[in-house]
Amino acid sequence: MFKTKTKVINDVKVYSRPQVGMTILLLGCLLLVLSIGLAVSVGAAKIDFRSVWEAIFNYDASRETDRIIMSLRLPRELGAAVVGGAFAVSGAIMQGMTRNPLADPGLLGLNAGASLALALVFAFNLGSSYFTVMLLSFVGAGVGAGLVFGLGSMTRGGLSPIRITLAGAAVSALLSSLGEGVAIYYKLSQDLAFWTAGGVSGTNWTQLKIIVPVAVIGMMVSIMLSRQLTILSFGEDLAKSLGQRTLVTKAVLMTVVLILAGAAVSLAGAIAFVGLLVPHIVRFLVGTDYRWIIPCSAIFGSVLLVLADTFARTVNAPYETPVGAVVAMVGVPFFLYLARKGGRKRS
Amino acid sequence: MSRLYAEDLKVAYGEREIVKNLKIDIPDREITTIIGPNGCGKSTVLKALSRILNPKSGTVYLDGKSISKESTKKIAQKMAILPQAPDSPDGLTVGELVSYGRYPYQKGFGKLTKKDYNVIDWALSVTGILDYKERPVDALSGGQRQRVWIAMALAQETDIILLDEPTTYLDLSHQLEVLELLHQLNRDEKRTIVMVIHDLNHAARFAHHMVAMKEGSIVKEGKAEEVMTHKVLFDVFNIDAEIGVDPRTRKPVCLTYDLVKSEQYEKNLA
Ligand SMILES: Nc1ncnc2c1ncn2[C@@H]1O[C@H](COP(=O)(O)OP(=O)(O)OP(=O)(O)O)[C@@H](O)[C@H]1O
Ligand SMILES: [Mg+2]
Repeated sequence: MFKTKTKVINDVKVYSRPQVGMTILLLGCLLLVLSIGLAVSVGAAKIDFRSVWEAIFNYDASRETDRIIMSLRLPRELGAAVVGGAFAVSGAIMQGMTRNPLADPGLLGLNAGASLALALVFAFNLGSSYFTVMLLSFVGAGVGAGLVFGLGSMTRGGLSPIRITLAGAAVSALLSSLGEGVAIYYKLSQDLAFWTAGGVSGTNWTQLKIIVPVAVIGMMVSIMLSRQLTILSFGEDLAKSLGQRTLVTKAVLMTVVLILAGAAVSLAGAIAFVGLLVPHIVRFLVGTDYRWIIPCSAIFGSVLLVLADTFARTVNAPYETPVGAVVAMVGVPFFLYLARKGGRKRS
Repeated sequence: MSRLYAEDLKVAYGEREIVKNLKIDIPDREITTIIGPNGCGKSTVLKALSRILNPKSGTVYLDGKSISKESTKKIAQKMAILPQAPDSPDGLTVGELVSYGRYPYQKGFGKLTKKDYNVIDWALSVTGILDYKERPVDALSGGQRQRVWIAMALAQETDIILLDEPTTYLDLSHQLEVLELLHQLNRDEKRTIVMVIHDLNHAARFAHHMVAMKEGSIVKEGKAEEVMTHKVLFDVFNIDAEIGVDPRTRKPVCLTYDLVKSEQYEKNLA
């Protein structure tokens, strides 16, 4: 190795934007705590912040508010937070991996695959425990993604972003109709309707005990791989040239996506748009370095879903509005706005 | 033997064989330029040499070892490649992008060391883009962007640098600036440089070793004087070229040329 003649031109400078990233991340955490607090306190029974605090840190089973909070509202909001974070992170990973700004677990067959698996679970009574349900929904997500990537890479020229998206749309349509077919045939529409629209109502601690560790581990792995993801997003040739083992990296990232999306779908069903929307909002704030996009997506995905779920259950109380519809309602216009703004740069 | 060479290289995309039984030896501490018509396999060879493509058969050797057997990160510390026209990721700043050139040296979370920062600053300043450090890459012109990619390859601090058409998008003076920079890196720091380049006069001017390719094989290689001849250019590009000597550099130059008029050509015109 020779020595490079290095001149120090100016003092050590920062090349990523840690200050901005850190600030956004901390603000996001604060926002998340506040929104969970808000979410837990509003509802049919209005509960003030003090009682929320009391219930969580000084639980008294004889108080009704404490019971509402601890057995209904808190698990529900935590569920929303985990699901939102998991969808957002898996969306961010897919976007970086496929270099496709429109990638989203919902568009790549993952959600449809998991939903079909759930329909089969209900139809044939396979879900003996929540853990098996979750496991089968991973398998479904895996099959969906496998089909999309298989179809997309079958033709000459391999996996271009546009091909993946087209294959994703086709496979998603196929799998969702199959899922609906199964649901109708076995008269599952009651059980499944909410699942396909997406919702976190009825989340309980048993589910959380399984899904939270899974999602947290998935997110930690994503954060550890975020630098690799940025390199991958430069394109496969450059990534290889920089010394990345792209095949291994992609395989690990894909597994993480399957785990995160599978876990999220098993708890809340296919909630579209979170995975598409959140990484874009975050990119807007912190740039395109996945070292910041991933952790920020996790936090803001959580915030988005907690707020959306709160809105969903209060706007037309006592009826629940599907949270997926709420997300889409906010998401679509914002996304169109972003697409318009970003279109000039991207083309 | 030189540090980088390949034997019996056969490269294919799917079933389509592009490069057949190619033998190439990259002279150490020299500048090698590769010329040839569009689609003849120049990029393919460069990709095979730099392990981006796996050859169907044959072996590329770096320092006596097959590159498919060595750790890819180790190779990235010895050899950098700038692919042809990489898409720029939007949103990253110039400094951020160039800092990823340090990836082969990083472990764990990849916190940049003081040395990393020094190398990055050096790469930015020799390519003349230090002033754009904080600017997003997508807000640069094509030529400025090209220099960012070169800076990233330089930040990799490798003895061997492969560049696929590093001067496309650049205006006349910036083309020369980039080539002078590579020339200087070769002269002062003895780096081995391989580049694919379409401008024949530039290729001849900066090459110690010149390689002319056609349809996946090497038609002629050697000193610029041996490759920049009427016959070779006729064979490779199907042109009738007038070769002279550059009064300033004493290197061969293509003064003017015509397409070789085949019957087919006449027919197309009519
Ligand atoms: N990814 C690919 N899949 C299939 N065929 C490819 C692929 N890349 C290149 N080819 C084909 O291989 C041949 C050689 O391509 P290559 O890119 O090496 O040419 P080149 O000499 O670099 O040309 P140019 O001067 O236009 O850059 C061409 O016929 C091209 O169509
Ligand atoms: Mg090429």
